[in-house]
Amino acid sequence: MKLYLKIWRQKDASTPGKIVDYTLEGVEGDMSFLEMLDILNEELVSKGEEPVEFDHDCREGICGTCSLQINGEPHGPDRLVTTCQLHMRKFNDGDTIVIEPFRATAFPVIKDLIVDRSAFERIQQAGGYISVNTSGNTIDANSIPINKYDADEAMDAATCIGCGACVAACKNASAMLFTSAKVSQFALLPQGRVEATERVQSMVRQMDLEGFGNCTNTGACEVECPKGISLTNIARMNREYLSATSKG
Amino acid sequence: MSLIKSSLARKYVMALSGLFLIIFLILHVTINLASVFSPDFFNEASHFMGYNPLVQFLMQPILVIGVIVHFVMGFVLEIQNKKARDVSYVKYKGSANAPWVSRNMIYSGLVILAFLGLHFYDFWVHEMTYKYIEANPEDPTRYYAETVEKFAPFWRTILYVVSFVLLSLHLWHGFASSLQSMGVNNKYTAGFTKFAKIFAVVVPLAFAFIAIYHHLNPITH
Repeated sequence: MKLYLKIWRQKDASTPGKIVDYTLEGVEGDMSFLEMLDILNEELVSKGEEPVEFDHDCREGICGTCSLQINGEPHGPDRLVTTCQLHMRKFNDGDTIVIEPFRATAFPVIKDLIVDRSAFERIQQAGGYISVNTSGNTIDANSIPINKYDADEAMDAATCIGCGACVAACKNASAMLFTSAKVSQFALLPQGRVEATERVQSMVRQMDLEGFGNCTNTGACEVECPKGISLTNIARMNREYLSATSKG
Repeated sequence: MSLIKSSLARKYVMALSGLFLIIFLILHVTINLASVFSPDFFNEASHFMGYNPLVQFLMQPILVIGVIVHFVMGFVLEIQNKKARDVSYVKYKGSANAPWVSRNMIYSGLVILAFLGLHFYDFWVHEMTYKYIEANPEDPTRYYAETVEKFAPFWRTILYVVSFVLLSLHLWHGFASSLQSMGVNNKYTAGFTKFAKIFAVVVPLAFAFIAIYHHLNPITH
Protein backbone atom coordinates (compact mmCIF):
# COMPACT_ATOMS: atom_id res chain seq x y z
CA MET A 1 0.00 0.00 0.00
CA LYS A 2 0.93 3.63 -0.46
CA LEU A 3 0.87 5.88 2.58
CA TYR A 4 1.13 9.62 3.11
CA LEU A 5 3.03 10.23 6.32
CA LYS A 6 3.08 13.46 8.29
CA ILE A 7 5.90 13.09 10.80
CA TRP A 8 7.09 15.45 13.55
CA ARG A 9 10.74 16.29 12.96
CA GLN A 10 12.72 18.12 15.61
CA LYS A 11 16.49 18.46 15.62
CA ASP A 12 16.88 18.65 19.41
CA ALA A 13 15.13 19.76 22.58
CA SER A 14 15.86 23.44 22.05
CA THR A 15 15.03 23.69 18.34
CA PRO A 16 11.37 24.10 17.34
CA GLY A 17 10.01 21.15 15.38
CA LYS A 18 7.58 20.85 12.49
CA ILE A 19 5.55 18.31 10.57
CA VAL A 20 7.32 16.96 7.45
CA ASP A 21 5.44 15.10 4.69
CA TYR A 22 6.71 11.78 3.29
CA THR A 23 5.18 9.39 0.78
CA LEU A 24 5.97 5.72 1.31
CA GLU A 25 5.15 2.93 -1.14
CA GLY A 26 5.34 -0.86 -0.86
CA VAL A 27 4.04 -1.09 2.71
CA GLU A 28 2.64 -4.58 3.51
CA GLY A 29 -0.24 -5.24 5.91
CA ASP A 30 1.84 -7.77 7.85
CA MET A 31 4.48 -5.19 8.73
CA SER A 32 4.43 -3.68 12.17
CA PHE A 33 4.22 0.10 12.45
CA LEU A 34 7.88 0.26 13.45
CA GLU A 35 8.90 -1.89 10.47
CA MET A 36 7.09 0.59 8.26
CA LEU A 37 9.19 3.37 9.85
CA ASP A 38 12.32 1.20 9.34
CA ILE A 39 11.56 1.12 5.60
CA LEU A 40 11.05 4.87 5.53
CA ASN A 41 14.38 5.33 7.32
CA GLU A 42 16.19 3.03 4.87
CA GLU A 43 14.86 5.20 2.06
CA LEU A 44 15.92 8.38 3.84
CA VAL A 45 19.41 7.03 4.57
CA SER A 46 19.85 5.88 0.96
CA LYS A 47 19.00 9.42 -0.14
CA GLY A 48 21.52 10.82 2.34
CA GLU A 49 18.84 12.30 4.58
CA GLU A 50 18.62 12.12 8.37
CA PRO A 51 16.48 9.14 9.49
CA VAL A 52 13.45 9.65 11.72
CA GLU A 53 14.45 8.96 15.33
CA PHE A 54 11.99 6.88 17.37
CA ASP A 55 12.14 4.77 20.53
CA HIS A 56 12.02 0.98 20.32
CA ASP A 57 13.53 -2.02 22.06
CA CYS A 58 11.89 -5.43 22.48
CA ARG A 59 9.33 -5.06 19.67
CA GLU A 60 7.27 -7.67 21.53
CA GLY A 61 4.94 -5.31 23.38
CA ILE A 62 6.45 -5.89 26.81
CA CYS A 63 9.22 -3.36 27.39
CA GLY A 64 7.30 -0.06 27.21
CA THR A 65 9.95 1.66 25.12
CA CYS A 66 8.03 2.37 21.92
CA SER A 67 5.60 5.26 21.96
CA LEU A 68 4.22 7.52 19.17
CA GLN A 69 0.96 9.42 18.89
CA ILE A 70 -0.53 7.97 15.70
CA ASN A 71 -3.46 9.79 14.10
CA GLY A 72 -4.25 11.44 17.42
CA GLU A 73 -4.05 8.33 19.63
CA PRO A 74 -1.12 6.88 21.60
CA HIS A 75 0.00 3.58 20.06
CA GLY A 76 -2.47 4.19 17.22
CA PRO A 77 -6.05 3.15 16.58
CA ASP A 78 -5.81 -0.47 17.81
CA ARG A 79 -6.62 -1.39 21.42
CA LEU A 80 -4.42 -3.18 23.99
CA VAL A 81 -1.32 -3.06 21.78
CA THR A 82 1.86 -1.04 21.76
CA THR A 83 3.09 0.65 18.59
CA CYS A 84 5.48 -2.24 17.89
CA GLN A 85 2.52 -4.64 17.88
CA LEU A 86 0.34 -2.38 15.73
CA HIS A 87 0.15 -3.82 12.22
CA MET A 88 -0.19 -1.92 8.99
CA ARG A 89 -3.30 -3.95 8.11
CA LYS A 90 -5.11 -1.53 10.42
CA PHE A 91 -4.55 1.13 7.74
CA ASN A 92 -5.72 1.40 4.13
CA ASP A 93 -3.98 2.16 0.87
CA GLY A 94 -3.82 5.93 0.40
CA ASP A 95 -4.24 6.76 4.10
CA THR A 96 -2.61 9.82 5.60
CA ILE A 97 -0.99 9.03 8.96
CA VAL A 98 0.05 11.77 11.38
CA ILE A 99 2.91 10.63 13.64
CA GLU A 100 3.89 12.76 16.62
CA PRO A 101 5.81 12.30 19.88
CA PHE A 102 3.89 11.80 23.15
CA ARG A 103 3.11 15.33 24.30
CA ALA A 104 3.47 16.49 27.89
CA THR A 105 5.51 19.24 29.53
CA ALA A 106 6.94 16.49 31.75
CA PHE A 107 7.94 14.48 28.62
CA PRO A 108 10.19 16.94 26.72
CA VAL A 109 11.14 15.99 23.16
CA ILE A 110 14.74 14.83 22.83
CA LYS A 111 14.72 14.42 19.07
CA ASP A 112 12.02 13.80 16.43
CA LEU A 113 9.66 11.24 18.01
CA ILE A 114 11.76 10.46 21.08
CA VAL A 115 10.69 11.98 24.39
CA ASP A 116 12.35 11.94 27.78
CA ARG A 117 10.15 9.79 30.04
CA SER A 118 12.56 9.74 32.98
CA ALA A 119 9.87 11.55 35.02
CA PHE A 120 8.27 8.10 35.36
CA GLU A 121 11.56 6.70 36.67
CA ARG A 122 11.69 9.42 39.32
CA ILE A 123 8.10 8.68 40.41
CA GLN A 124 9.04 5.01 40.69
CA GLN A 125 12.20 5.86 42.64
CA ALA A 126 10.15 7.97 45.06
CA GLY A 127 8.47 4.87 46.50
CA GLY A 128 7.75 2.17 43.94
CA TYR A 129 9.63 -0.54 45.79
CA ILE A 130 9.66 -2.55 49.00
CA SER A 131 12.63 -2.47 51.37
CA VAL A 132 13.65 -6.09 51.84
CA ASN A 133 16.96 -7.74 52.39
CA THR A 134 17.98 -9.51 49.19
CA SER A 135 21.52 -10.42 50.23
CA GLY A 136 21.29 -14.11 51.02
CA ASN A 137 18.54 -14.49 53.59
CA THR A 138 15.57 -13.56 51.40
CA ILE A 139 12.21 -14.84 52.58
CA ASP A 140 10.18 -16.58 49.88
CA ALA A 141 7.34 -14.21 48.91
CA ASN A 142 5.02 -17.21 48.59
CA SER A 143 5.38 -18.02 52.28
CA ILE A 144 2.71 -15.39 52.98
CA PRO A 145 -0.73 -16.55 51.78
CA ILE A 146 -2.55 -13.94 49.68
CA ASN A 147 -6.14 -14.25 48.55
CA LYS A 148 -6.72 -14.82 44.86
CA TYR A 149 -8.60 -11.56 44.24
CA ASP A 150 -5.84 -9.36 45.70
CA ALA A 151 -3.11 -11.36 43.97
CA ASP A 152 -4.86 -10.96 40.60
CA GLU A 153 -5.49 -7.25 41.12
CA ALA A 154 -1.86 -6.68 42.12
CA MET A 155 -0.63 -8.63 39.10
CA ASP A 156 -2.96 -6.68 36.78
CA ALA A 157 -1.57 -3.40 38.14
CA ALA A 158 1.98 -4.71 37.80
CA THR A 159 1.50 -5.30 34.06
CA CYS A 160 1.97 -1.54 33.54
CA ILE A 161 5.02 -1.18 31.31
CA GLY A 162 5.41 2.56 31.95
CA CYS A 163 5.16 3.52 28.29
CA GLY A 164 3.42 6.84 28.99
CA ALA A 165 0.36 6.27 26.75
CA CYS A 166 -1.88 7.29 29.68
CA VAL A 167 -0.18 10.69 29.86
CA ALA A 168 -0.24 11.06 26.07
CA ALA A 169 -3.95 10.23 25.84
CA CYS A 170 -5.09 12.37 28.76
CA LYS A 171 -6.29 15.84 27.77
CA ASN A 172 -4.61 17.06 30.97
CA ALA A 173 -1.38 15.07 30.50
CA SER A 174 -2.03 13.45 33.86
CA ALA A 175 0.14 10.57 35.07
CA MET A 176 -2.34 9.24 37.59
CA LEU A 177 -2.98 5.91 35.85
CA PHE A 178 0.74 5.10 35.82
CA THR A 179 1.32 6.26 39.40
CA SER A 180 -1.78 4.51 40.67
CA ALA A 181 -0.77 1.23 39.04
CA LYS A 182 2.61 1.42 40.73
CA VAL A 183 0.98 2.31 44.07
CA SER A 184 -1.62 -0.47 43.69
CA GLN A 185 0.72 -3.31 42.87
CA PHE A 186 2.25 -2.89 46.33
CA ALA A 187 -0.77 -1.64 48.26
CA LEU A 188 -2.66 -4.85 47.53
CA LEU A 189 0.02 -7.14 48.96
CA PRO A 190 1.08 -7.60 52.62
CA GLN A 191 4.73 -7.05 51.65
CA GLY A 192 3.76 -3.60 50.33
CA ARG A 193 1.62 -2.55 53.27
CA VAL A 194 4.65 -1.93 55.51
CA GLU A 195 5.64 1.23 53.61
CA ALA A 196 2.22 2.00 52.11
CA THR A 197 1.66 5.29 53.98
CA GLU A 198 4.96 6.88 52.92
CA ARG A 199 4.88 5.32 49.45
CA VAL A 200 1.66 6.87 48.18
CA GLN A 201 2.55 10.30 49.57
CA SER A 202 6.06 10.26 48.11
CA MET A 203 4.97 9.04 44.69
CA VAL A 204 2.11 11.56 44.43
CA ARG A 205 4.44 14.34 45.59
CA GLN A 206 6.96 13.40 42.89
CA MET A 207 4.20 13.12 40.26
CA ASP A 208 3.09 16.68 41.10
CA LEU A 209 6.69 17.96 41.06
CA GLU A 210 7.20 16.59 37.55
CA GLY A 211 4.43 18.88 36.25
CA PHE A 212 1.85 16.34 35.13
CA GLY A 213 -1.77 17.54 34.95
CA ASN A 214 -4.71 16.66 37.17
CA CYS A 215 -7.03 13.71 36.65
CA THR A 216 -10.55 14.70 35.60
CA ASN A 217 -11.85 11.13 35.23
CA THR A 218 -12.31 11.20 31.45
CA GLY A 219 -11.14 7.58 31.27
CA ALA A 220 -9.05 8.17 28.11
CA CYS A 221 -5.98 6.64 29.80
CA GLU A 222 -7.74 3.34 30.50
CA VAL A 223 -8.98 3.09 26.90
CA GLU A 224 -5.56 3.78 25.37
CA CYS A 225 -3.43 1.77 27.82
CA PRO A 226 -1.81 -1.10 25.92
CA LYS A 227 -1.93 -3.22 29.07
CA GLY A 228 -5.53 -2.43 30.05
CA ILE A 229 -4.66 -0.87 33.40
CA SER A 230 -7.99 -0.09 35.07
CA LEU A 231 -9.29 3.21 36.48
CA THR A 232 -10.00 1.32 39.71
CA ASN A 233 -6.28 1.77 40.41
CA ILE A 234 -6.73 5.55 40.43
CA ALA A 235 -9.62 5.19 42.90
CA ARG A 236 -7.41 2.95 45.04
CA MET A 237 -4.60 5.54 44.97
CA ASN A 238 -7.11 8.27 45.88
CA ARG A 239 -8.27 6.41 48.98
CA GLU A 240 -4.74 5.26 49.88
CA TYR A 241 -3.64 8.88 49.76
CA LEU A 242 -6.63 10.12 51.76
CA SER A 243 -5.95 7.47 54.37
CA ALA A 244 -2.19 8.13 54.39
CA THR A 245 -2.48 11.91 54.74
CA SER A 246 -5.05 11.57 57.53
CA LYS A 247 -2.49 9.47 59.43
CA GLY A 248 0.09 12.23 58.86
CA MET B 1 0.04 20.13 54.72
CA SER B 2 0.91 17.82 51.83
CA LEU B 3 -2.82 17.12 51.45
CA ILE B 4 -3.66 20.78 50.81
CA LYS B 5 -1.05 21.24 48.08
CA SER B 6 -1.43 17.96 46.22
CA SER B 7 -3.21 17.24 42.96
CA LEU B 8 -5.29 14.61 44.74
CA ALA B 9 -6.53 17.19 47.26
CA ARG B 10 -7.83 19.26 44.33
CA LYS B 11 -9.75 16.19 43.17
CA TYR B 12 -11.28 15.74 46.62
CA VAL B 13 -12.27 19.42 46.79
CA MET B 14 -13.93 19.30 43.36
CA ALA B 15 -15.80 16.11 44.22
CA LEU B 16 -16.94 17.19 47.68
CA SER B 17 -18.02 20.70 46.64
CA GLY B 18 -19.82 19.15 43.64
CA LEU B 19 -21.63 16.63 45.84
CA PHE B 20 -22.60 19.44 48.22
CA LEU B 21 -24.06 21.44 45.32
CA ILE B 22 -25.95 18.33 44.16
CA ILE B 23 -27.61 18.09 47.59
CA PHE B 24 -28.60 21.74 47.22
CA LEU B 25 -30.05 21.01 43.76
CA ILE B 26 -32.31 18.31 45.26
CA LEU B 27 -33.69 20.82 47.76
CA HIS B 28 -34.06 23.49 45.08
CA VAL B 29 -35.89 21.32 42.56
CA THR B 30 -38.23 19.95 45.25
CA ILE B 31 -39.34 23.43 46.31
CA ASN B 32 -39.59 24.59 42.68
CA LEU B 33 -41.82 21.66 41.72
CA ALA B 34 -44.23 22.88 44.36
CA SER B 35 -44.70 26.03 42.27
CA VAL B 36 -46.38 23.82 39.67
CA PHE B 37 -48.30 21.45 41.91
CA SER B 38 -49.00 23.50 45.05
CA PRO B 39 -48.54 27.29 44.86
CA ASP B 40 -49.51 27.65 48.53
CA PHE B 41 -46.79 25.26 49.69
CA PHE B 42 -44.34 27.01 47.33
CA ASN B 43 -45.17 30.35 48.97
CA GLU B 44 -44.73 28.89 52.45
CA ALA B 45 -41.43 27.18 51.62
CA SER B 46 -40.04 30.24 49.82
CA HIS B 47 -41.00 32.51 52.71
CA PHE B 48 -39.34 30.14 55.16
CA MET B 49 -36.16 30.04 53.06
CA GLY B 50 -36.20 33.83 52.66
CA TYR B 51 -36.71 34.77 56.31
CA ASN B 52 -35.39 31.93 58.47
CA PRO B 53 -32.16 33.25 60.04
CA LEU B 54 -30.50 29.83 59.95
CA VAL B 55 -31.11 29.56 56.21
CA GLN B 56 -30.25 33.19 55.49
CA PHE B 57 -27.16 33.65 57.62
CA LEU B 58 -25.70 30.14 57.81
CA MET B 59 -26.88 27.93 54.95
CA GLN B 60 -26.87 30.65 52.27
CA PRO B 61 -23.27 31.78 52.94
CA ILE B 62 -22.16 28.11 53.01
CA LEU B 63 -23.87 27.58 49.66
CA VAL B 64 -22.17 30.64 48.15
CA ILE B 65 -18.81 29.42 49.47
CA GLY B 66 -19.53 25.99 47.95
CA VAL B 67 -20.22 27.53 44.54
CA ILE B 68 -17.12 29.76 44.69
CA VAL B 69 -14.84 26.91 45.80
CA HIS B 70 -16.15 24.66 43.02
CA PHE B 71 -15.68 27.12 40.17
CA VAL B 72 -12.42 28.66 41.42
CA MET B 73 -10.92 25.17 41.80
CA GLY B 74 -12.26 24.32 38.35
CA PHE B 75 -10.37 27.29 36.87
CA VAL B 76 -7.20 26.42 38.82
CA LEU B 77 -7.33 22.86 37.51
CA GLU B 78 -7.93 24.03 33.95
CA ILE B 79 -4.92 26.39 34.06
CA GLN B 80 -2.67 23.69 35.54
CA ASN B 81 -3.86 21.13 33.02
CA LYS B 82 -3.14 23.44 30.11
CA LYS B 83 0.36 24.01 31.48
CA ALA B 84 0.92 20.26 31.67
CA ARG B 85 0.99 20.09 27.86
CA ASP B 86 3.05 23.02 26.64
CA VAL B 87 3.06 21.91 22.98
CA SER B 88 -0.29 20.81 21.57
CA TYR B 89 -0.77 17.84 19.29
CA VAL B 90 -1.17 18.54 15.58
CA LYS B 91 -3.81 15.82 15.64
CA TYR B 92 -5.58 14.86 18.87
CA LYS B 93 -8.48 12.43 18.65
CA GLY B 94 -10.12 12.94 22.03
CA SER B 95 -13.41 11.49 20.83
CA ALA B 96 -11.74 8.10 20.34
CA ASN B 97 -11.29 7.47 24.03
CA ALA B 98 -13.43 9.80 26.14
CA PRO B 99 -16.97 11.23 25.97
CA TRP B 100 -17.43 14.87 24.92
CA VAL B 101 -18.98 15.83 28.28
CA SER B 102 -15.98 14.62 30.27
CA ARG B 103 -13.55 16.57 28.07
CA ASN B 104 -15.52 19.82 28.16
CA MET B 105 -16.51 20.26 31.80
CA ILE B 106 -14.93 23.72 31.81
CA TYR B 107 -17.29 24.90 29.04
CA SER B 108 -20.47 23.40 30.54
CA GLY B 109 -19.30 24.85 33.86
CA LEU B 110 -18.77 28.32 32.35
CA VAL B 111 -22.30 28.33 30.93
CA ILE B 112 -23.68 27.31 34.32
CA LEU B 113 -21.62 30.07 35.96
CA ALA B 114 -23.00 32.64 33.51
CA PHE B 115 -26.48 31.31 34.22
CA LEU B 116 -25.90 31.74 37.95
CA GLY B 117 -25.18 35.42 37.26
CA LEU B 118 -28.55 35.80 35.54
CA HIS B 119 -30.29 33.67 38.19
CA PHE B 120 -28.84 35.75 41.03
CA TYR B 121 -29.89 38.92 39.25
CA ASP B 122 -33.40 37.56 38.70
CA PHE B 123 -34.11 36.27 42.20
CA TRP B 124 -31.41 37.09 44.75
CA VAL B 125 -30.89 40.76 43.78
CA HIS B 126 -34.66 41.16 43.56
CA GLU B 127 -35.06 39.62 47.02
CA MET B 128 -32.34 41.81 48.58
CA THR B 129 -33.90 44.91 47.03
CA TYR B 130 -37.36 43.95 48.29
CA LYS B 131 -36.20 43.20 51.82
CA TYR B 132 -33.34 45.54 52.56
CA ILE B 133 -33.38 48.47 50.10
CA GLU B 134 -37.08 49.06 49.68
CA ALA B 135 -37.64 47.64 53.20
CA ASN B 136 -40.99 46.15 52.26
CA PRO B 137 -42.95 44.27 54.93
CA GLU B 138 -43.03 40.47 54.93
CA ASP B 139 -45.55 39.06 52.47
CA PRO B 140 -45.69 35.25 52.52
CA THR B 141 -48.01 35.13 49.50
CA ARG B 142 -45.92 36.97 46.88
CA TYR B 143 -43.44 34.29 45.74
CA TYR B 144 -45.61 32.24 43.39
CA ALA B 145 -46.75 35.25 41.35
CA GLU B 146 -43.21 36.71 41.23
CA THR B 147 -41.81 33.41 39.98
CA VAL B 148 -44.43 32.90 37.28
CA GLU B 149 -43.96 36.49 36.14
CA LYS B 150 -40.21 35.93 35.72
CA PHE B 151 -40.87 33.32 33.06
CA ALA B 152 -43.21 35.51 31.01
CA PRO B 153 -40.44 36.64 28.61
CA PHE B 154 -39.62 34.00 26.01
CA TRP B 155 -35.89 34.88 26.01
CA ARG B 156 -35.50 34.23 29.73
CA THR B 157 -37.29 30.88 29.50
CA ILE B 158 -35.02 29.84 26.62
CA LEU B 159 -31.87 30.94 28.48
CA TYR B 160 -32.94 28.95 31.53
CA VAL B 161 -33.75 25.83 29.49
CA VAL B 162 -30.44 25.97 27.58
CA SER B 163 -28.60 26.35 30.90
CA PHE B 164 -30.40 23.30 32.27
CA VAL B 165 -29.23 21.28 29.25
CA LEU B 166 -25.64 22.27 30.07
CA LEU B 167 -26.28 21.51 33.75
CA SER B 168 -27.40 18.04 32.68
CA LEU B 169 -24.19 17.49 30.70
CA HIS B 170 -22.08 18.78 33.61
CA LEU B 171 -23.82 16.47 36.08
CA TRP B 172 -23.66 13.53 33.66
CA HIS B 173 -19.88 13.40 34.08
CA GLY B 174 -19.39 15.22 37.38
CA PHE B 175 -21.84 13.34 39.58
CA ALA B 176 -21.00 9.93 38.12
CA SER B 177 -17.25 10.40 38.63
CA SER B 178 -17.37 12.10 42.05
CA LEU B 179 -17.05 8.87 44.04
CA GLN B 180 -14.12 7.76 41.84
CA SER B 181 -12.37 10.99 42.87
CA MET B 182 -13.04 10.17 46.52
CA GLY B 183 -11.47 6.76 46.05
CA VAL B 184 -14.66 4.71 45.81
CA ASN B 185 -14.73 2.21 42.96
CA ASN B 186 -16.25 -1.14 43.88
CA LYS B 187 -19.10 -3.51 43.02
CA TYR B 188 -21.66 -0.76 43.70
CA THR B 189 -20.02 1.73 41.29
CA ALA B 190 -21.93 0.56 38.19
CA GLY B 191 -25.24 0.99 40.04
CA PHE B 192 -24.24 4.39 41.40
CA THR B 193 -23.15 5.54 37.91
CA LYS B 194 -26.57 4.58 36.52
CA PHE B 195 -28.31 6.45 39.34
CA ALA B 196 -26.07 9.51 38.80
CA LYS B 197 -26.84 9.58 35.08
CA ILE B 198 -30.58 9.26 35.67
CA PHE B 199 -30.27 12.09 38.21
CA ALA B 200 -28.32 14.16 35.65
CA VAL B 201 -31.24 13.91 33.24
CA VAL B 202 -34.24 14.01 35.60
CA VAL B 203 -33.30 17.00 37.78
CA PRO B 204 -32.43 19.45 34.95
CA LEU B 205 -35.48 18.17 33.07
CA ALA B 206 -37.64 19.03 36.08
CA PHE B 207 -36.12 22.52 36.26
CA ALA B 208 -36.75 23.00 32.51
CA PHE B 209 -40.32 21.72 32.86
CA ILE B 210 -41.00 24.25 35.63
CA ALA B 211 -39.65 27.15 33.53
CA ILE B 212 -41.62 26.12 30.43
CA TYR B 213 -44.77 25.43 32.47
CA HIS B 214 -44.78 28.91 33.98
CA HIS B 215 -44.04 30.48 30.59
CA LEU B 216 -47.02 28.71 29.07
CA ASN B 217 -49.32 29.32 32.06
CA PRO B 218 -49.08 33.00 32.99
CA ILE B 219 -51.22 34.37 35.80
CA THR B 220 -54.21 36.17 34.32
CA HIS B 221 -55.93 38.75 36.49
